[in-house]
Amino acid sequence: MSLSSTVTDGAQIVTVNAERIDAAMAIRFKENMRSATESGPDRVILDLSEVQFIDSSGLGAIVAAMKQLGQGRQLDLAGPTPMVEKVFRLTRMDTIFNLYSSLTEAISETQVGT
Amino acid sequence: MAETFACSFTATELDARSGITEVVKRLREMGIPKLRVDEVQIALAEAVNNVVEHAYAGKTPGDVRIRCSLDPQRLWIDISDAGDPFPEGQLPEGKPANIDVPLDQLPEGGFGWFLIRELTSDIQYERNAGNNQLSLCFEIQVTRA
Repeated sequence: MSLSSTVTDGAQIVTVNAERIDAAMAIRFKENMRSATESGPDRVILDLSEVQFIDSSGLGAIVAAMKQLGQGRQLDLAGPTPMVEKVFRLTRMDTIFNLYSSLTEAISETQVGT
Repeated sequence: MAETFACSFTATELDARSGITEVVKRLREMGIPKLRVDEVQIALAEAVNNVVEHAYAGKTPGDVRIRCSLDPQRLWIDISDAGDPFPEGQLPEGKPANIDVPLDQLPEGGFGWFLIRELTSDIQYERNAGNNQLSLCFEIQVTRA
């Protein structure tokens, strides 16, 4: 799977360039997130706008990616499609993560805080 | 009269992905609205992933067979495999994972059966001649005329 990463306004933006974060992809996603976010800003925004499907393995991998950031760093989610948002809502993970409807909205939140 | 189709694939993660994608495509072609198909896909994927990860755990992956049957009110999806039965022959209860914990202790799994139970209106399970047969039911309003 491919992730691309840029840094802007003090946040790192990681874009998922894949349509599915599923069981076949979950472990690689977690490992790629680890290398992509090893160092860098405290705030990481995961752009999910290309993701059309996520299952519980994928959800677990996003939770793992958040946990491996460690204390003082934060993983926010941007641009979830309705399907992805539904999985977060059903599992109540929408109460754990900040979900922004778009990357623009997620980034402007950064600007509000600085 | 119910509209049916069937497919099968080997119980590996990658074959499961193409199998699920194929079923989803057929369900859309049958006229089930996209958002409803999304919900069906969540439950179907969790059930199939369980077959791959648990029923055939430690064995050569066998087949997963899927049969879908759509009548004007509901969709039944039968998922069969020749792997191990559910522990004690019982389907998991599917309690919601406890997320009221410190962030570093958040669960990374255990959501599957909760999602299946949330998204289906009926579930049946039979163990027959060394095969698991799990049937998931979804209430469906077909939009096609």
